[in-house]
Amino acid sequence: MENKSSPRFPLLLRVSRYIRPIVGVIIAIFLAWQLYSVIVVQHNFSADTWVRFGLSGLILGGMYALIAIGYTLVYGIMFMINFAHGEVMMLGAFGGYFMLELLRFIPMPTSANPNLNFLNAYPIVSIILAFTAGISVSALAGYLLEKIAYRPLRKAPRLILLITAIGASIFLQNLAMLLFGPTRKNVINPDILDRGAGWTWMVSGNPVLIPYTGVFSLVLSALLMIGLYLVVQRSKLGRAMRAVAQDKNTASLMGVDVDDVISKTFIISGVLAGAAGVMWDIHMGLVNHYIGFLPGIKAFTAAVMGGIGNIPGAMLGGMFLGIIESIGPAALGIDFQLKDVIAFSILVLVLIVRPSGILGEKLSEEKL
Amino acid sequence: MLLSIENLQVYYGAIHALQGIHFSVEKGEIVALIGANGAGKSTTLNTISGILRPREGKISFDGQEIQQTPPQDIVRKGIIQVPEGRKIFGRMAVWENLEMGAYTQKDRAVIKRDVESVFDRFPRLRERRNQLSGTLSGGEQQMLAIARGLMAHPTLLLLDEPSMGLSPLLVEQIFDIIQDINEQGTSILLVEQNAQMALAIADRAYVLETGKIVMQGTGDDLLEDKSVIEAYLGGH
Ligand SMILES: Nc1ncnc2c1ncn2[C@@H]1O[C@H](COP(=O)(O)OP(=O)(O)O)[C@@H](O)[C@H]1O
Ligand SMILES: [Mg+2]
Repeated sequence: MENKSSPRFPLLLRVSRYIRPIVGVIIAIFLAWQLYSVIVVQHNFSADTWVRFGLSGLILGGMYALIAIGYTLVYGIMFMINFAHGEVMMLGAFGGYFMLELLRFIPMPTSANPNLNFLNAYPIVSIILAFTAGISVSALAGYLLEKIAYRPLRKAPRLILLITAIGASIFLQNLAMLLFGPTRKNVINPDILDRGAGWTWMVSGNPVLIPYTGVFSLVLSALLMIGLYLVVQRSKLGRAMRAVAQDKNTASLMGVDVDDVISKTFIISGVLAGAAGVMWDIHMGLVNHYIGFLPGIKAFTAAVMGGIGNIPGAMLGGMFLGIIESIGPAALGIDFQLKDVIAFSILVLVLIVRPSGILGEKLSEEKL
Repeated sequence: MLLSIENLQVYYGAIHALQGIHFSVEKGEIVALIGANGAGKSTTLNTISGILRPREGKISFDGQEIQQTPPQDIVRKGIIQVPEGRKIFGRMAVWENLEMGAYTQKDRAVIKRDVESVFDRFPRLRERRNQLSGTLSGGEQQMLAIARGLMAHPTLLLLDEPSMGLSPLLVEQIFDIIQDINEQGTSILLVEQNAQMALAIADRAYVLETGKIVMQGTGDDLLEDKSVIEAYLGGH
């Protein structure tokens, strides 16, 4: 069953038959030993530090989850890994960034504050506009990506689509560098979402800052995921998406315009990635052409972990990866610079040990 | 003439699957298309439905040529296919499959009424409305596939081997239902390997052999034809 369900990694799969249990046991022993020595023996970090790690992981995880949903939706419907999806998120981040910049340069002087700008005069409107801009850019990018790069290859072998996606990723990254320059840009939020501001929570006598930007991102991620879930499970479009994912020909026999549903799937993926991009702006505060790359691959990892094609799996995978990545270096007693390595180790491990993902299942009855 | 097919030529790459077939369905008829496995029956239905494009030939429905029309628009013209192997959406509940069948219907009230009326026809499905359709038995799945097709108010219903894999009792039941649907005004193009049953209910029938129509006549004529008996009815 598993062999059949994952023709994507035939070689890995064949090898894995022998090494799977061995790898599993070795890793379990290693992890247990590391966790024991770091947390119990060395006791390097106090409780508030762990809370801080967990919190930032949760916030990051929300963004990963939003991006991961895009991978999973597109995979579910087209059986392709849209490797340019991280770049879609990056373009959305630029959309949000330029909107915030624009609003910051619109003066709105009052007698009390002659230096007031639109951004701070109407912060909530500004944030909504920034999200609107970022989401629109990403939705458009996703739509065009499919229409221009992938649609002509609808009947081509999947490997070709994959290579095209990687090509599109490189292209979009370089396009952004060309258009916006290679330097990092600082994102300036409205004052109400100042990055240093937040609630203070006392944990074992030490203050832990719960940043407004983080709470804002997390709440928004949650709302968007609920919204997505409702769209997929309750709406007519969602039902058509599921039908197309299960069987394109039969869906078209119901009167579903398959191309249209695929377009809309890319648009929805783009909307979520764009929202994640603007959250990245607001919470992380830095944007350049490269910011989509790592979150993209990590979200892909999250999607694979959750069982690619599985929407709740992508959500959980994203949250889990964000938390693991934040807590992992400390818990394993390794350098914090290695946090990215954790994500990729997980990716490799999941592919070896359980390629169908932790919540793995097969969405499609159609074989390509 | 409701449906007329002229010189239909369909290829899969180099495979010449339909080699210039001609046939028609009149309003109110049940027309059977019988033939062995691989004769080209499903290819014919999929070409009518717009999933396959003919290299040559004409398909007219209600006086309009439709051989270039995409499948989703053919559905809107009233040609509904119940595909071979049922092809229900296994990860959806029974009621969701029915909703998919009514995809082109905008009016919620009509959908609601239609769901009730297919439940009246298939009481088993009413009991299982919330069940995942992939967990239904083969017979129930075939009922669901037909019910889903009816949700679209077909003018012409294309049925691809509805008796496949069912017990004789269920086959009997399915064919009764097909006749009943026809009596209520839906024209039917019935593809079958079960020639006996198909010919018994068909007004007219065509025999398809490796992409060509080799014989045609009324259902009763073909039932008595020697070569049909030998080839398709077990030779006695
Ligand atoms: N997707 C396909 N690709 C290539 N050949 C096909 C395909 N589908 C059907 N064929 C071939 O076309 C011929 C007719 O098939 P089909 O219409 O499915 O027959 P039937 O429904 O009468 O059993 C067969 O020779 C079959 O092998
Ligand atoms: Mg067939």
